Amino acid sequence: MTNSIEELETSDVILLTGSNTQEMHPVISTFIKRGVVSGKTKLIVVDPRRIDLVDFAAVWLRQKPGSDVAWLNGMMNVIISEGLYDKKYVEQRTEDFDALAKAVASYTPQRVEEISGIPAADLIDAARLYAAAPAAAIAYAMGITQHINGTDAVKSVANLAMLCGNIGIESGGVNPLRGQNNVQGACDMGCLPNVLTAYQNVTVPEVREKFAKYWGVDRIPEKPGLTIVEIINAATTGQVKGLYVVGENPMISDPDLHHVKEGLQRLDFLVVQDIFLTETAALADVVLPASSFAEKEGTFSNTERRVQRVRKAVEPPGQARPDWEIICDISSRLGYAMKYPNAEAVFDEMTGITPSYAGMSYERLDKGGLQWPCPTKDHPGTRYLHKDKFVRGKGKFHAIEWIPPAELPDAEYPFLLTTGRVLFQYHTGTMTRRSEGLNGCAPECFVEVNREDAARLGLANGEMVKVTSRRGSLFAKAQIGEVMDLGMVFLPFHYSEAPANNLTIAALDPQAKIPEYKICAVKLEKGAGAGA
Amino acid sequence: MNDKLDMAIDGINVQGRKGQTVLEVCRENGIKVPTLCYHPNMPPYGGCRLCIVEIENMRGLPPSCTTPATNGMKVSTHTERLARVRKTVLELLLAYGDHNCIVCEKNGECELQSLVYEHGIETVRFKTDYAPKTIDESSSMIVRDHNKCVLCGRCVRGCLSVQVNGVIDIAARGSDSYITTFDNSPLKDSNCVFCGECVAACPTGALSYKQSRFKGRAWEINKVPTTCVYCGVGCQLELNVKDGQVIKVTSNPALPGPNHGSLCVKGRFGMDFIHHPERLKTPLIKKHGKLTEASWDEALGLVAEKFGKIKAESGPDSLAVFSSARCTNEENYLLSKLARTAIGTNNVDHCARL
Repeated sequence: MTNSIEELETSDVILLTGSNTQEMHPVISTFIKRGVVSGKTKLIVVDPRRIDLVDFAAVWLRQKPGSDVAWLNGMMNVIISEGLYDKKYVEQRTEDFDALAKAVASYTPQRVEEISGIPAADLIDAARLYAAAPAAAIAYAMGITQHINGTDAVKSVANLAMLCGNIGIESGGVNPLRGQNNVQGACDMGCLPNVLTAYQNVTVPEVREKFAKYWGVDRIPEKPGLTIVEIINAATTGQVKGLYVVGENPMISDPDLHHVKEGLQRLDFLVVQDIFLTETAALADVVLPASSFAEKEGTFSNTERRVQRVRKAVEPPGQARPDWEIICDISSRLGYAMKYPNAEAVFDEMTGITPSYAGMSYERLDKGGLQWPCPTKDHPGTRYLHKDKFVRGKGKFHAIEWIPPAELPDAEYPFLLTTGRVLFQYHTGTMTRRSEGLNGCAPECFVEVNREDAARLGLANGEMVKVTSRRGSLFAKAQIGEVMDLGMVFLPFHYSEAPANNLTIAALDPQAKIPEYKICAVKLEKGAGAGA
Repeated sequence: MNDKLDMAIDGINVQGRKGQTVLEVCRENGIKVPTLCYHPNMPPYGGCRLCIVEIENMRGLPPSCTTPATNGMKVSTHTERLARVRKTVLELLLAYGDHNCIVCEKNGECELQSLVYEHGIETVRFKTDYAPKTIDESSSMIVRDHNKCVLCGRCVRGCLSVQVNGVIDIAARGSDSYITTFDNSPLKDSNCVFCGECVAACPTGALSYKQSRFKGRAWEINKVPTTCVYCGVGCQLELNVKDGQVIKVTSNPALPGPNHGSLCVKGRFGMDFIHHPERLKTPLIKKHGKLTEASWDEALGLVAEKFGKIKAESGPDSLAVFSSARCTNEENYLLSKLARTAIGTNNVDHCARL
C-alpha cells in the first residue's frame, strides 16, 4: 500500500476493485465501512460479484471479468475528455501524459460498455465521482492481479491515481491489500528471483558486488531465477532437479494441480519444511518439522509496510524447531556457514544491507511497528509513500491496451469460473481446516451459481454439482443466489478434497508470471456422480 | 484558536478541551469515575448510570459520559450521594441477573465484579421475581449467557459502530430487555461473522469464548502480544497462554497496531492449529515410498548430501527454493541468502502471486 490502513477511514472516495474486503481483510473493511457510515467517504465498488460491501457503495459497477484495463481506461477517457484531471499535478509530477491520453482516447464509455458490460452512464458517474474527490484511494486485491494482463491492470490503476493527483497524499494512493501475513516481507527480503532485499536488482553489478562482499562470497549469480510456476515447469522437464519448499503448499495453491504433481514427482529430491504434513509434504523425500508463529521470535511486514514483532508464546511440539534455525543448519551443511545466537541477530544483519529497513531494531519495534522506508535510527517510518516526489523522480504514465482473457466460455464450457477465498477459511486450509470454529462455519466446498442459471439447469440449493474444465473436475454443493452474474460461477480454492486449482488454467501474465486464477471456462453438470 | 477548558474536579483544577465529555476530562486527568456502558472506541450511551457526577448549578446527577465539558465547570465525582445511587444501581443489576462468579470466565477481570467489590456490596436488598434466562450456546465460538448481561449495550455498539455489522440489538423494554439477533435466531443461524468484537467489549461474563471455557482464569494466563498469522493486515493480538498452551486469543486496543483493537474471526478463533495433534513433531525421510521418522542429523545430512550432489552434477540452477509468505522476515532473509550463497542460484520465489 502506498498509504496506511487507517487513512481509509478518512478518504473522500474509495475505489474498491477486485477485493472482497469484508471476507478477505475484514478488519480493513471496518475502516472503509466506518468512513462510509460517517458520511465522509463515498465508496465505488467495481466487482463482478455482488460482494457484501456493495451495500455500502454509492456506485457499483459490475464488470465482466477480464475487462479491468478497459474500464480503467474508460474512466480516464471520461476524466480527460471532461477536463477533470489534476492538471497541476500531471504537469509537475508526471511524464508521458500525452501517450496516456492517446491510448485511452479510443476507450469511450460506449466502447467500454461493449467490452465490460458496464453501462456507459454508470462509468461516467463513477469517473466524475472519483475525479472530484480531494483525496481518493484505490484499494484492490487479486481480482485485479490474477489475470494474464494483471501487470497492465495494476499500471492502469496507477495511471488513474496519478491522473487525479491521488498519489503522495494522505488518504489517497494505490493500495493493494495483501493476502498473506508476510507476503510483503518475503518480497522485501528478496525472496524473488530477480531482486535481493529491498528490491535491489540482481542484474546490477554494483548490487551483486555489495551483497557478495556483505555475505562473504565470491559472487552472487547474475541471471534472474525462475518464478514458482516456472520452477514447476522446469521440474517437469527435468531442468530443476532439487527443490526446498518452506511453508508453502503448491499442491493446493498453484494452478493446474495435475501439472504441479507431475513436476514435483519428477524431481530427484524434494524437501518440505512445514508445520503439518501438507499435500505437498506428502510427496517429499524429506519432511522437516517447523515452528508456528506462536513458537518463535521474529517480525512480519504487513500490507501497509509496517514491520511488527512476532513473539514466542509456547514451545514447539516434539522435536520441531524454528524455521530460521533449520535454514542455518542446511546452509552450514551445504558449506556456507550460518550461525546466529537468535532471530534478532539475523534482523540486525538484514537491516545492514536493506536501506528501507536500516533504521529498525527490535528495541524500536517493541514500542510499536514501523513502516518502511525507515532509513535511519531516528526516522519515524513512512505513513504514505511518494510525498512530493516519486522514487524514480517523475511518475510515469503507461499507455496500456486491453487484451481479452486466455480462456473464455464457449459452447462446450459455457460458464466462466472465478476462484477465491471465503471468510472462514484461509488459503490452502492447512491451519483453518484444523480449527473447529472456522471449519465448522465453512466445512465444505461450494459452487456459487446465479439463480437464473440454476433454474435453467434445474439445480436446487445445496445440490451436488460436477464442475469441469479442460484440465479437471470436482464436485461441489450449489450455492444459489445473486452474488454471481449470469453465466459466471465462483469456487473457493481451500478444499483439498475438491481442489479448485484442478480446474484453473496456468496461463501467466508475461511480466509478473501471475496465473489467471480469476478466469477459466467450465461446464456444470447436475447430479452427475453425486456423493463422489 | 483556544479550545482549552479550565475546570475543577473534586476540588482540583484541571484542563480539558472543547468537544470532550466530562468523563473524558476526568479520565485524561487520572480521576477514576466508575463506568460500565462506556467504551473509549464507541459512541457514548449514558445507559448504566454509574458514571453520574454532581455538577455545580446543574440539576440532578448527570452521566459524565454524555455531558459535554464546559469552561468553569465544577464537578464532584465521589460524594456520599453519588456512592449511594451507584450502590443501588449495582444492587439492581445483581438482583436482575445470575452472577455466579465462581465458575464465570470473567472472574478476575469482570468490570461488574470489580465495581461491586469497590462499593462493598455484600448483600442485595432487593427481592425480585427474576427467572433464569436462556444461554445461547449454538455457536462453537461464542457463548451468550443472558443471565450475566447488564444491558450496557457495548456489544451492540461494538457490532454496529466499530465493526459496522449491526447483527445484534437490544429488544423489549425495561427489565424485560435483552440482546437479540434479527428474528431472535441463535447466533449460529444469524448473520454474525464471529469477529468477537462483542466478546471483547463485554464487561461481564455474558459473552465468552466457548472453546476456552474452564481452561484458565484471568490470573493464571500470561498474555503474549504478537502479530496475527493470517492475512496481510498484521493485526496485533494477545496469545493467552496457560501451562504452555495457547488457550485463546484476545484483542487489546492499547497495543499499537493497524487494527485499533479489532480482530476478525480467523485471528480471534482460528488459532487451534497451534496445538493440533497432527502437528509434525519429528523429521521424516521417505524410505521405500513411505515417510518414516528420522533424527535431525539423519534428515539434515541427507538433504545436504542430495542437494550437494545435484549441484555438483547439474549446476546450482538445477536447485530451487520456495520461501514462505507465512514465515518471518528473518527466515525469508536467510532463505534468500541461502539460495544465493550456499546454493548459488536466483531460483527463489514464494506464493505472492497465488
